[in-house]
Amino acid sequence: MTPAPAPSLAAAPHGFLSPTGVEIAFLLVGLVTFGAALITVTTRQLVHAALWLVVALGGLAVEYLLLTAEFIAWVQVLIYVGSVVVLLLFGLMLTRAPIGRSPDADSGNRWAALAVAVAAAVALVWVVADAFRTTWIDLTGPAAGSTRVTGASLFRYWVLPFEALSVLLLAALVGAIVLSRKAKAGTGTEADGTEADGTPPAVPSARKDGAR
Amino acid sequence: MHLVYPAVLSALLFSTGLYGVLARRNAILVLMSVELMLNAVNLNLVAFDVWLARAARDTLHSGQALTLFTIAVAAAEIGIGLAIVLAVYRNRGTSDIDKLRDTAEGPDGAEPGAVAAQKTEATA
Repeated sequence: MTPAPAPSLAAAPHGFLSPTGVEIAFLLVGLVTFGAALITVTTRQLVHAALWLVVALGGLAVEYLLLTAEFIAWVQVLIYVGSVVVLLLFGLMLTRAPIGRSPDADSGNRWAALAVAVAAAVALVWVVADAFRTTWIDLTGPAAGSTRVTGASLFRYWVLPFEALSVLLLAALVGAIVLSRKAKAGTGTEADGTEADGTPPAVPSARKDGAR
Repeated sequence: MHLVYPAVLSALLFSTGLYGVLARRNAILVLMSVELMLNAVNLNLVAFDVWLARAARDTLHSGQALTLFTIAVAAAEIGIGLAIVLAVYRNRGTSDIDKLRDTAEGPDGAEPGAVAAQKTEATA
């Protein structure tokens, strides 16, 4: 980092305890998000945990909007709220999760986990608040995360990781299909014969499974 | 906006996810907590990207690009994780991670799920 913009990193023409409207909105949405996250990890009703996760992830999307990162916000809504939570609900249904309260949702080492989590929270909040006590985000001017800016940087500087990521997603798709296709009990030889060739037969056989 | 707000919220969300990963029994609830932790990291990345875009005149926007990559990796992770949980549930009849103590089928694997288990291992 060049020395020239260094003073602007710590430039503080702000009052320390004079929150702006954006900060108040961020704080309120953050409280909702944190509360929803707490309910997600503590509720005893498994389906409710997934639904409170929707609230937490949606609150995070609003936080991204408040930070002027609109493209990330919509990607968050589309992928997390739209597909990940639906996948989790499907998983809950397919593992026959009990509807209603399940008394054994929490493990026996809950208090050790609570101690670890509280210790981590205290340490992280302390370090972060001490390190960035005099740092302000400048939210005025053109948005730092508009779709135009994000797309330009993504396809100008990050093309190769982007393509590698698409290969990763394809591999994950094939892997999920291979892992979750139902092993047939009666026609074992046929299934083994198709699978002995390698991964490519996985997709047609999975499609055959889906058609049944 | 003060940078401490998103940073502290991210730290709290991460700790919440940490508690969930350690304290939950159902494997799918553990996956939900992992999602919370990943989202805390995403919030940190976005906040610091917006800060550095103005303060250090960062035109690379590495924070937002990495956020998008994290979201994609999280989607892949949740797909694979759920497939593994479903396979485990089909073989062992439970998704309770406190009861999944052995990494292989034991001598009591003569139950009807054992055949399917061997087949799944062969295909995987």
